[in-house]
Amino acid sequence: MRVYVNGESREIQGTPSLAELIAELDLPAARIAVEVNREVVRRGEWVNTMLRDGDKIEIVHFVGGGFVPFCGSDNI
Amino acid sequence: MSRKNLVIAGRTFSSRLIIGTGKYRNYDEMRSAHDASGAEMVTVAVRRVPLDRSTESFLDHLNPALQILPNTAGCYTADDAVRTARLSREALQTDLVKLEVIGDQTTLFPDNEQTLEAARILVKEGFAVLPYFNDDLIMAKKLLDAGCAAIMPLAAPIGSGLGVQNPANLRIMREQLPDATIIVDAGVGTASDAAIAMELGADGVLMNTAIAEAEDPAKMATAMKLAIEAGRLAYLAGRMPKRLYASASSPLQGVIK
Repeated sequence: MRVYVNGESREIQGTPSLAELIAELDLPAARIAVEVNREVVRRGEWVNTMLRDGDKIEIVHFVGGGFVPFCGSDNI
Repeated sequence: MSRKNLVIAGRTFSSRLIIGTGKYRNYDEMRSAHDASGAEMVTVAVRRVPLDRSTESFLDHLNPALQILPNTAGCYTADDAVRTARLSREALQTDLVKLEVIGDQTTLFPDNEQTLEAARILVKEGFAVLPYFNDDLIMAKKLLDAGCAAIMPLAAPIGSGLGVQNPANLRIMREQLPDATIIVDAGVGTASDAAIAMELGADGVLMNTAIAEAEDPAKMATAMKLAIEAGRLAYLAGRMPKRLYASASSPLQGVIK
């Protein structure tokens, strides 16, 4: 099935959980936060959240700023 | 309003300077500036994690003693700002958020209408909201009525370094809202700008570019620390009235003839 991670289309096999996707992406689990279809999914729920075809997933972390001007509706 | 400490949403800070974490030339320079500033709170932005390379956490470069104030910088709608705030709370387990909803790319002026809408939603969700907004008393009142923990009027456009452009507005805001926590945010260029904001009665100043883009950020951070202390003292001391004409300091009698 196909999901969208930070705006990028990704083909994934099977029906993994959000936790499995994050592990596969090799992301540090600390100090990141995740949205699926515009709703925050709390860390404790990652393992119980099964991905579905067409899901839009946003994974964010923190960067230096002040003001960083390149974010808007298209980005997040 | 505490005279000695800055209090925001029940948290007490002995420094009235809040600083950003952007635009530094490198992490060492940022850390030196943070240390020199004496600031106890720093702002960070929320962005997508890059998926094509492994990234270290930016937060690991910050002194762990610092209170982190996540911001919604770069958001142009209330909806984006609310989503960004929720993500930052999930990641950092903090209810603090510096709310920024920008209305225009050239000026980076805030969209006050969207800001107010986002503030109302976030306050209902239990956030301690610190909104960046135009230096307007009526907007300040609406944000406080919405339940914002502090208000953050701009001194001048973000990153402009122009200093306080409308001192009358800040002074009016202070006089009309004596119990509000007012943090002047954006537009400070050098130490005297920060001192002026504090002399006008601000409870604190938030800045980023003035320090990060200085030739020597740590030295500028020290200057800002001292300016904010000096400005605060001057405000508490109560300045003399301005007069159009001279008023002699020395006795007028007994001058030799």
